[in-house]
Amino acid sequence: MTLLIGSLTMGMILALLAFGVLISFRILAFRDLTVDGSIALGGSVAAALIVNGFSPLAATAIAAVCGGIAGAITGVLATRFRINGLLAGILVMTALYSVNLRVMGRSNIPLMNQKTVLSPIQALAGVDDRLTLGLWTAQTQDLYTLITIVLATIAVAVTLTLYFRTQLGLAMRAAGDNIDMIRALGVDVGWMTTLGLALSNSLVALAGALLVQYQGFADVQMGIGMVVWGFASVIIGESLVRGRNVGLLIGGAIMGSVLFRLLVAIALRGGLNPNDLKLVTALFVLGALVLPDVMARLKSRNVKSRNAASR
Amino acid sequence: MLTLTDISKTFYAGTPNEVRALQGVNLKIEQGSFVVVIGTNGSGKSTLLNAVAGAFFVDEGRIELADHDVTRWPEHRRAVHIGRVFQNPFTGTAPNLSIAENLALAERRGQFRGLGWALKRRSIDELREKVKEMGLGMEDRLNNPIGSLSGGQRQSLTLLMAGLRRPDLLLLDEHTAALDPKSADQVIRLTENMIAKNKLTTMMVTHSMQQAASLGDRLIMMVRGQIMFDFQGPAKARLTPESILHKFEEVRRLERLDKPAAEQLRRVYV
Ligand SMILES: Nc1ncnc2c1ncn2[C@@H]1O[C@H](COP(=O)(O)OP(=O)(O)O)[C@@H](O)[C@H]1O
Ligand SMILES: [Mg+2]
Repeated sequence: MTLLIGSLTMGMILALLAFGVLISFRILAFRDLTVDGSIALGGSVAAALIVNGFSPLAATAIAAVCGGIAGAITGVLATRFRINGLLAGILVMTALYSVNLRVMGRSNIPLMNQKTVLSPIQALAGVDDRLTLGLWTAQTQDLYTLITIVLATIAVAVTLTLYFRTQLGLAMRAAGDNIDMIRALGVDVGWMTTLGLALSNSLVALAGALLVQYQGFADVQMGIGMVVWGFASVIIGESLVRGRNVGLLIGGAIMGSVLFRLLVAIALRGGLNPNDLKLVTALFVLGALVLPDVMARLKSRNVKSRNAASR
Repeated sequence: MLTLTDISKTFYAGTPNEVRALQGVNLKIEQGSFVVVIGTNGSGKSTLLNAVAGAFFVDEGRIELADHDVTRWPEHRRAVHIGRVFQNPFTGTAPNLSIAENLALAERRGQFRGLGWALKRRSIDELREKVKEMGLGMEDRLNNPIGSLSGGQRQSLTLLMAGLRRPDLLLLDEHTAALDPKSADQVIRLTENMIAKNKLTTMMVTHSMQQAASLGDRLIMMVRGQIMFDFQGPAKARLTPESILHKFEEVRRLERLDKPAAEQLRRVYV
């Protein structure tokens, strides 16, 4: 039960990461690798501010803003300085590694004995309180934490869905769908991309800030491979919802993220070496990317050979 | 409305692939005028329209549009004044967005886009009315993605979008060339109606001699980056598809005469 609740909580936190990846990769069609740096930036900033006496809520908000700035820098590099988008993301991600070390002053910060955004909720129950639901018994504190995170993530999801129905949000979606069209309608695509990357990376940094407060430490290495994790969640989500509606995609990203965490937990429990986790994740994403293409090619080859036969 | 003063554009300047796509074009278009642009392939028709729309900056010359000097305005800024339909039906619409969303985007062409709702009930009803007026039966499918429509339907919608917020200048670049004849006729009819009803100042590139003869109140013919002929008023009204074809023949004869002459000059001077 603890394992289940833990996976659900992690999945819901990392759904924010998946939202960020959904915005950059899918909605803006921009392959943004800043993510690995900005999730660690969010974690570093939140941890550093909390140990220096900031209120956890303020620390979390500032972390998100810092992520937004990182995304905006990638956007400016890609659109104003015409640097290839992948490269722009890599440059910022690499630079952020040093920035994060500077921010924390060392490679990790423990938060075990600090007040976090989750402390007030956890204080509602005693350390040893248990809640029994039929056959299941769970720690009340863990359950409260999960509920809080679920509510927060849903609130973000609803806000995002509504945002993408505004004039600005719709223009942002169009910028990722047809650049020529939206430019002819008077939208500065460079600015739109920059704004979108800022939004995306502020969500990613928010995920980082919540993650370190939930797991009780920040580590400069925590971002490695995160963009692939987020992308895996988005892909799983897309296969679950089947539709182009943004609200559905955002809902799908939540389900994808949670499902992915559960799969990871099950695999680890089943004996998967944690060191192999990133390899397995990468292979999974590779498969998901390549399979549809291979299928399409096989299909078209069949059609071609059929055409050749009938000729 | 639109004044082009001596505009030039060279692609790949200084390389063996150099193309002098516009070579000192002068053109003044009055408000409400409907100008048809013809010319052989590669004569610079699209480049002329792109220069006006701001797809690139011209190397030389001035572009004035609706009382502004827009020579150095980026494309998205000029869009306040310009409605466009492209040759490729896929260029003008966002395939993954619904018909209603595409129209809503066009309704704010060149305007500030903030956090107000993109689709309001009232504006959806208005949009539906306009789609209905086109008579293509798409008014009940406003929530379908545009990508599910045919090229002709998409082009009709792009045209509607270009005129949704009345543009000071409408640019049409062979917008029926990629369509089957029936859709092309339909789109041309919609084009005529829209331009007449709103008295739109228009530049329309076409390959069809039929369209060139029957549409517009002025016809210009481009040859190698320059305006070779310019028919206005009664002279334009007298043009027939045959007489336009005859003009093309004339140009071809001139070109044939020109080429050996140019060849000779190069041998002498290079
Ligand atoms: N963006 C561009 N880059 C390079 N060359 C171009 C570009 N646009 C047009 N050209 C070249 O300029 C010439 C005129 O092209 P265009 O204006 O498209 O002719 P058309 O009259 O057929 O529309 C052609 O030789 C074309 O290859
Ligand atoms: Mg052309």
